[in-house]
Amino acid sequence: MAILIVAEHDNHTIQPATLSVLTAASEIATHTSDGELHLLIIGHECESVVEIAQSIAGLSQILVADHQIYQSPLAENIAPIIVSLVQSKTQDQYSHIITSAGTAGKDYQPRVAAMLDVAQISDIISVESVDTFKRPIYAGNAIATVQSSDVIKVITVRSSAFPPVPLTAESVTTEALNQMPVVELAPQAASGKSEFIKAELTQSSRPELTTAKVVISGGRGMQNTDNFELLYTLADQLNAAVGASRAAVDAGFVANDLQIGQTGKIIAPDLYIAVGISGAIQHIAGITGSKIIVAINNDPDAPIFDVADYGLVADLFDVLPELTAALKAKS
Amino acid sequence: MKILVAVKRVVDHKVNVRVNADETGIETANVKMAINPFCEIAIEQAVRFKEQGSADEVVLVCIGPKEADVQLRAGLALGADRAILVRTDEEVQSLDVAKLLHKIVQEELPDLVLLGKQAIDTDNNQTGQMLAALTGMPQGTFASNIVFTVPNRVKVTREVDGGLVTLALNLPAVITVDLRLNTPRYASLPNIMKAKRKVITMTAPKDIGVNLSPRLTTLRVESPPVRQPGVKVENVTDLVDKLQQQAKVI
Repeated sequence: MAILIVAEHDNHTIQPATLSVLTAASEIATHTSDGELHLLIIGHECESVVEIAQSIAGLSQILVADHQIYQSPLAENIAPIIVSLVQSKTQDQYSHIITSAGTAGKDYQPRVAAMLDVAQISDIISVESVDTFKRPIYAGNAIATVQSSDVIKVITVRSSAFPPVPLTAESVTTEALNQMPVVELAPQAASGKSEFIKAELTQSSRPELTTAKVVISGGRGMQNTDNFELLYTLADQLNAAVGASRAAVDAGFVANDLQIGQTGKIIAPDLYIAVGISGAIQHIAGITGSKIIVAINNDPDAPIFDVADYGLVADLFDVLPELTAALKAKS
Repeated sequence: MKILVAVKRVVDHKVNVRVNADETGIETANVKMAINPFCEIAIEQAVRFKEQGSADEVVLVCIGPKEADVQLRAGLALGADRAILVRTDEEVQSLDVAKLLHKIVQEELPDLVLLGKQAIDTDNNQTGQMLAALTGMPQGTFASNIVFTVPNRVKVTREVDGGLVTLALNLPAVITVDLRLNTPRYASLPNIMKAKRKVITMTAPKDIGVNLSPRLTTLRVESPPVRQPGVKVENVTDLVDKLQQQAKVI
């Protein structure tokens, strides 16, 4: 029984989260007898994604469904092709279908599970055995160990909990590369019930939030959109990604895709700097994987200080320019 | 148009959740229960559609113990018309919830099913998508804006990792709602009184033909690792020194 990994990509490049999912999948494979890893790429004109995938060590097969109906990811169209692979007699049977717990995976993966009449195990943070996994519940205030009795385990992975597999051409010899079987799949019929209208995606030259080594976030204390410039300046000094608390997003200071927390993005950078964030449990849920947490807040009783390694009680409007200048002087 | 809204009863989001002594779950004795916040947003949206004239009836459905009638009354006080309680004391997992809701959908034939995108207890984020699969309906997950367009179509703006994506779905459809769709109202006293006279229909999983079959067993529930308490620094210079010399992260 092989493990099917569904790649997250934008038709050009593979998302780093998928490389973390591969680590989780390899851990599952160590608990199985054969445990081949097959990577499924569903998209349109996604040759470059396939090319990148060929440089991933440890894969034994790449499956590609390249068709116009997969140009924009619609769960109604994606789920049937995944299900067809599992139910097809000519293909290997799969013991696990696994993808990252990003908004794409969260969208189609439960649809796949229900079509197969199996449970989904969401957002796993560790692999205990072939059927047993740990996952956070109650915004990470408890960790549940769950065992699945289904023949096929449908799983989403919290990518920040697993290191990415290396993505280097050197990890695969040219010979192996040429032998890496790429299987092209015929598309399934489009559902015709949903239609992609438009995407408004945030363009940013800064590192991506969930994979950045340093993340700086602003909360309600930032007061307005303009003041976030202070964070951007500091972020550029540290090559950091910028995030925000729910309060800052709700107030309209920044876009929704910057939200960190239980229902937003879960991050695990080396350094996290929370600026003007009080530290609601829902926010803390998204940052506890950080190696070092710094909190800057003028309220000495803010709960963020309970989880911060370094706390600075001060006015952020004094601290931010000073910190930027101090870092500039050091560099 | 009829809108069906699924409601889950959960530990109130303000409660500081603790793992119980035998590590089988969390401490639930004397803990305040409430409507899952995302479900409350779904109810508010359905009620707004009714107030705007795009919906005629808003029906709530909850799967849970008899005490869940408290949450259903609270939902009725927000403006829903009637409610269904699928009564069970068992722990019902997402796939079974979706199967139960599927039966209710077959009975009620709603044009739109609204759900919260996730429950704040299990944090699964599955039920709406599973219901869509079972009913064969299109799905709009993590909605921050919902607009009815030409007859039998709905435009959904979704909050996704990279920003926003807008889809058009044929009705009937399943939509799961995100935080920024709306801010739920507080029920007024007259509406709370009125809600007492609204109908809650009781049923049970076996009455609607679903045998609960949990697939996941929780072996253990434990507290997360605790972060060691940190230190307060005096000023920016001190902070930069500590980050460089001690933490070595910059």
